[in-house]
Amino acid sequence: MAKTRTDAPLLDVRNLSVQFTTRAGTVTVLDDISFTLERGERISFVGESGCGKSMTALALMGLLPAMGRVSGGQILFKGEDLTQASAARLRRLRGNEVSMIFQEPMTSLNPVFTIGQQIVEVLRLHRGIDNASARRRALELLEAVRIPNASARIDDYPHQLSGGQRQRVMIAIALACEPEILIADEPTTALDVTVQAEIFALLRDLGTKLDTAIILITHDMGAVAQMSERMLVMYAGRRVEEGRVADVVGAPAHPYTRGLIACVPHITSNVAAITEQLPEIDGIVPPITRFGRDECLFAPRCIRVADGCLAAKPQQVEMAGHDAHSVACWHPFASEGAKG
Amino acid sequence: MSAQLALDVRNLSVSFPMRGRDADGRRRRLLAVDDVSFSVARGKTLGIVGESGSGKTTAAMAVARLVPKMAGSIIIDGTDFGALDTEALRRARQRVQIIFQDPYSSLNPRLRAADIVREPLIYAGATSRTEQDRIIDELFEAVGLRPEQKALFPHQFSGGQRQRIGIARALSTRPSLIICDEPVSALDVAVQAQILNLLKSLQAQFGLTYLFISHDLGVVQHMCDDIAVMYMGQFMEYANRESFFAAPRHPYSEALLDAVPTIEVGAQATGGKLVDGAIPDLTKPQTGCRFASRCPHVAAGCEDSVPLLDVWPGTSDHQLACYRAAEFAAS
Ligand SMILES: Nc1ncnc2c1ncn2[C@@H]1O[C@H](COP(=O)(O)OP(=O)(O)OP(=O)(O)O)[C@@H](O)[C@H]1O
Ligand SMILES: Nc1ncnc2c1ncn2[C@@H]1O[C@H](COP(=O)(O)OP(=O)(O)OP(=O)(O)O)[C@@H](O)[C@H]1O
Ligand SMILES: [Mg+2]
Ligand SMILES: [Mg+2]
Repeated sequence: MAKTRTDAPLLDVRNLSVQFTTRAGTVTVLDDISFTLERGERISFVGESGCGKSMTALALMGLLPAMGRVSGGQILFKGEDLTQASAARLRRLRGNEVSMIFQEPMTSLNPVFTIGQQIVEVLRLHRGIDNASARRRALELLEAVRIPNASARIDDYPHQLSGGQRQRVMIAIALACEPEILIADEPTTALDVTVQAEIFALLRDLGTKLDTAIILITHDMGAVAQMSERMLVMYAGRRVEEGRVADVVGAPAHPYTRGLIACVPHITSNVAAITEQLPEIDGIVPPITRFGRDECLFAPRCIRVADGCLAAKPQQVEMAGHDAHSVACWHPFASEGAKG
Repeated sequence: MSAQLALDVRNLSVSFPMRGRDADGRRRRLLAVDDVSFSVARGKTLGIVGESGSGKTTAAMAVARLVPKMAGSIIIDGTDFGALDTEALRRARQRVQIIFQDPYSSLNPRLRAADIVREPLIYAGATSRTEQDRIIDELFEAVGLRPEQKALFPHQFSGGQRQRIGIARALSTRPSLIICDEPVSALDVAVQAQILNLLKSLQAQFGLTYLFISHDLGVVQHMCDDIAVMYMGQFMEYANRESFFAAPRHPYSEALLDAVPTIEVGAQATGGKLVDGAIPDLTKPQTGCRFASRCPHVAAGCEDSVPLLDVWPGTSDHQLACYRAAEFAAS
């Protein structure tokens, strides 16, 4: 899918850094993150817990916690630098042009209002339309996210719906204003696999129909392969690998990416091929106080660690033979014949 | 049954009292586990998979006698565990241990790691303090914790390390059966692999028997010798791993497997094949197949009577409960 568009991308994040000021001092939570997103494109962020996936999303939305601030770089949304935008501009942006769905639908829905009221409220706030047409639109949205018998369910309260149905309502709210970017932060973690499959199919369909770009945050490589064209692997606040999903999953260049794919038991119909022990990635993600150092932060866990890995932070380099596949590693796997 | 069975459960049913009364004025009850039978040979692993609310935890807790059973028998290492009363039960409890999902809430925050592992040894009685210390040292080494970590409190450990403490605790009394209830669901993928590998190597080392509960089919495939697929209180399919993954035969098993996202790029998980029907109300008697309301293969008759688990022709132990399987297997 080589990009032939000459116009600027919908979203162009350049060298984004975010710092937290804590009692212990200043820590770098996001360290030099760059990526682009085209209209209607789907990208996934993967990595272990605490690597900065959600923080990246919150930075895009202008929702960093109070102790955090953008310490460098730009977030260009259709050419406008959101790091410089006013609070009022960011409020308008959220829900209109960029919206987000979170992991736990129950805490994001208000228990004292019906689901219909909650969608109508969003439409009135952002679209300024009257009650009757907002309700008509709410019903259409509930039908679009395949709530069965929507005209009867529109007056239900959140607790009357199943977990999967609540998540579908969240998607309806997120899509109410036809955003250009939808950020889905682990949208299916709390749901059964059958429901997850439905939610993913729904996001794909609606994304395509409305030309909405989707950023999926997940730690599940399977979800990445199902949902997106490109992926970005994060480790300790940094981008360690980025590329088309087919390239990265087919020939992961970074030992971390390779470990993330291999350490999960993937289903196979050839049971005889299952090994007794899974390949492990030793150890855990370093504490946030170590983020930002001028060294490879993955080195202590890495099977390919060598002299020099701790001497400096590896820069992002393009992989030969792949289009737009880059890795930040002193000793990456080569893209040719990398399998095995 | 043969003495090789660590666990043999026959016709287990568990129900919970609910608020309100039914039409006949009887207290309403939710039938969470309905007439389920299973067994695990010593040193083996039985996996129970199924969606949230299907009754996996309830079945396991009934085996450990942490929730009362309504009917059925539970034989552990040849003893009728289900029939033991207070004093005998207290002593027998050490033979079943549990590893819980949440390594954060399942450990007593006020106890040091060593004392968390020590607790079951104290309940079991008998052993001296020095003997306990020796066992604790061995267990710490076996689960990959360092000796100096014995004095630390749970909050001073990472999630994976806490799960290691939980495993050491479960092993301490050399139980006949270890129930693992979603032991890795709360852990990060990399740590998950570390813990799964640990459980496997401990099993090989000590000949442990696991009842392994998970909603993750990949994990279950990796860990289990036999697989039971549970839906709304009953087993839909029950088979050995080879037979099950070579040819899952129940429409629900099929749907579960189809829904798992694979890393093959472009291969799209479906699950959309399921009918978006109502999930049965377990406080009411079930008159037909519980899965009928969501089954893509549903036909006349499916809702008239409950299908029973039956051995699939041509196999020795591949059981399933479906009226339609033969028909769509042929087509
Ligand atoms: N409100 C906060 N206060 C202090 N530290 C925070 C806060 N939120 C996040 N962090 C820290 O910032 C880092 C990045 O967190 P982030 O939430 O982006 O991780 P993530 O990749 O989304 O992880 P997960 O998979 O667990 O959601 C982590 O080390 C986390 O501990
Ligand atoms: N103490 C209880 N009182 C009343 N109902 C209960 C109780 N415990 C469980 N249930 C009900 O029994 C059914 C089975 O629950 P159980 O926790 O065994 O499911 P599970 O398969 O373990 O699900 P999960 O994957 O969510 O852990 C559910 O309908 C649940 O609401
Ligand atoms: Mg997060
Ligand atoms: Mg459970």
